Amino acid sequence: MSASPRASSPASSNGSEPVGAAFILKKAVLSALVALGLFSLMVGVRTEAGQSGQLEYWTRFGELASLVGAVFIGSIVVELLRMWLGPRGGLGSFVPSSVQNGMSVAGRYLAPALLIFTFLVPVIFYNQRYILDLGILVLTYVMLGWGLNVVVGLAGLLDLGYVAFYAVGAYSYGLLSTTFGLSFWICLPLAGILAAFWGVLLGFPVLRLRGDYLAIVTLAFGEIIRLVLINWQDVTGGPNGISGIPRPSLFGIPLTPGEGGLASMLGIPFSPTHRIVFLFYLILALALLTNWVTIRLRRLPIGRAWEALREDEVACRALGINITTTKLTAFATGAMFGGFAGAFFATRQGFISPESFTFQESALVLAIVVLGGMGSQLGVALAALAMIGGFELFRSLEVYRMLVFGLAMVLIMIWRPRGIVGHRAPTVFLEKSKSISSDLVKEGHG
Amino acid sequence: MSSAPILALENLTMRFGGIIAVNALSFTAQRKQITALIGPNGAGKTTVFNCITGFYKPTSGVIRLTHDDGAQFEMQKLKDYNISKQAKVARTFQNIRLFPGMTALENLMVAQHNALMKASGLTFLGLLGVPSWRSAEQSAIDNAVFWLKRVGLLDRADDAAGNFAYGDQRRLEIARAMCTGPALLCLDEPAAGLNARESGALSELLLSIRSDHDTSILLIEHDMSVVMEISDRVVVMDYGVKIAEGTPREIRDDPKVIAAYLGTDEEEAAAVMEAEA
Ligand SMILES: Nc1ncnc2c1ncn2[C@@H]1O[C@H](COP(=O)(O)OP(=O)(O)OP(=O)(O)O)[C@@H](O)[C@H]1O
Ligand SMILES: [Mg+2]
Repeated sequence: MSASPRASSPASSNGSEPVGAAFILKKAVLSALVALGLFSLMVGVRTEAGQSGQLEYWTRFGELASLVGAVFIGSIVVELLRMWLGPRGGLGSFVPSSVQNGMSVAGRYLAPALLIFTFLVPVIFYNQRYILDLGILVLTYVMLGWGLNVVVGLAGLLDLGYVAFYAVGAYSYGLLSTTFGLSFWICLPLAGILAAFWGVLLGFPVLRLRGDYLAIVTLAFGEIIRLVLINWQDVTGGPNGISGIPRPSLFGIPLTPGEGGLASMLGIPFSPTHRIVFLFYLILALALLTNWVTIRLRRLPIGRAWEALREDEVACRALGINITTTKLTAFATGAMFGGFAGAFFATRQGFISPESFTFQESALVLAIVVLGGMGSQLGVALAALAMIGGFELFRSLEVYRMLVFGLAMVLIMIWRPRGIVGHRAPTVFLEKSKSISSDLVKEGHG
Repeated sequence: MSSAPILALENLTMRFGGIIAVNALSFTAQRKQITALIGPNGAGKTTVFNCITGFYKPTSGVIRLTHDDGAQFEMQKLKDYNISKQAKVARTFQNIRLFPGMTALENLMVAQHNALMKASGLTFLGLLGVPSWRSAEQSAIDNAVFWLKRVGLLDRADDAAGNFAYGDQRRLEIARAMCTGPALLCLDEPAAGLNARESGALSELLLSIRSDHDTSILLIEHDMSVVMEISDRVVVMDYGVKIAEGTPREIRDDPKVIAAYLGTDEEEAAAVMEAEA
């Protein structure tokens, strides 16, 4: 254990920043300079291999100038928006409390309404395979978001390598089922346990690190797992991955055409949609399990210790909380849910390869947690819907999709810096549960 | 009941690079008494607390704690969390360290973590919601309510601790420390920033913790009226060493102490005292 004390509280980032024309201009010029440095080689000079393999390049100063200009103007716009929307709590602090209460009432009905709607999706959109597939995708990310939320949102540990556990879960199921012929329902808990095991293994050396260091090491861990998957050809199949992973069965009854399949047993005509619907309810059940367990854990001493750790690690130590094991349990719990989701992913795809487990996945899940409001279950679900659904929505924009998408995210984070659902609900109360405003809740720094 | 003092420091030394913050300090704190540790700014008082509560590993020396039943702990060997869990030492911080985003009640529930963890069967029984867990949780809430009432914050149980006024935060931090069921309570400047009425109430609270709850108290305090009123014994530090020890009355009249506080040498201080008398 480290003998030295932690530095006392980190300086608040939102102190009294000077906001004036000069400040805004200075910031914009700085941003533009950074953009110039970044893009001068990326955009300013275009290189290509010529006919005979020689290097050909030409300059594109026009594009470069317009990009730098866009960054300059964008930076000014963002600063002005910040100024108008209030420097601190974003729009939140301007919204009168009655409206906020109204929003929280709406929030109370929003969750059940959303749940009922989700249950009905396969009924309403039975014939629209595209929507069903999208629903499954969204629910997978909802589950991943809820899993990572335990680590990042509750315990305040910044984990950039969450995809590693998703991969461990997927490969656990893929390998166990193809080599030993174990069924999905046996592999599912095993995948979770293995992922949790890896979570502990990773966590043990790493959890002494804090903040940025932890983030970097977890990021590296995610990459290492992927590289192992690529290079350990004998076991993982390398870049070719694992194919022919068994599809899930309804407690042993396969969802296949012909004799012995579910359709013929029920005496209804076979349709491939049955399997999609089954997968939809399967991931819905898994996600709801994650949610139920997380909500319960929050009200147990372990969950309260996670949140206390996020609030103040030093005080936790003084209260006799073993912070190493507490962090490890958070890591393991999050990893376990990631492992479940991975097993589901493997059975849905029937094929997995290291390509599915890149850093981009970790970043996406983390973005969902941050956008949702760290710690909030409803917020994470909404954010997953917005991110995955929104991404599909912008499909028609083609090349501008990422741009519009990124802009939308920036705007949301300016509007609500602490995420869609920023406030925190107490885990226990005497008379009345009063939601706690986001500017009191710490984000954790380890 | 053990006759040994609850806390005994033997030649405690804490060095930070070239600075010797605490230098071969020895003193004892008696059972069921309030022992005050005073001294000018930078004397090393908080460093002593940090050594006792495991935040610093002392460079050398022994910190011995003896429970009523005679169980002994050498605190410099314990892991930091075991100092609260096994040795039953609770503390507050000079710059308050509550969990600001959690309610007062939640703060006090976190303080009962170890007992609750056991009752929840390391979470598994709690997850299933078995009756024994429920009753343990209820008694933890009752304990929290008791202490909230004791420090006069019951009506604010469901408010976020970060929203409390300064004096209320100080009292909540004491309540949180008491919820761990300590044998020794270490308070780092509990009266700092309190007005006269509040520090009067604080004195009463501490006296009652000592006599009604069988808790020994080690107190760092700059507010001399509080120190003189409630402490049974006073230890004075300056530049990391003990310069005096005795009853509040003895300390008040000790020229060495006055010299340390006034920053002058002894003869001058004696002269000042004589002139005043
Ligand atoms: N972690 C540390 N690293 C280096 N020096 C330290 C550290 N902690 C304390 N010190 C030094 O040790 C000395 C004693 O500090 P300490 O905080 O114990 O004083 P104090 O008696 O509590 O004073 P105050 O009344 O102002 O709270 C000071 O000179 C301080 O700078
Ligand atoms: Mg101090």
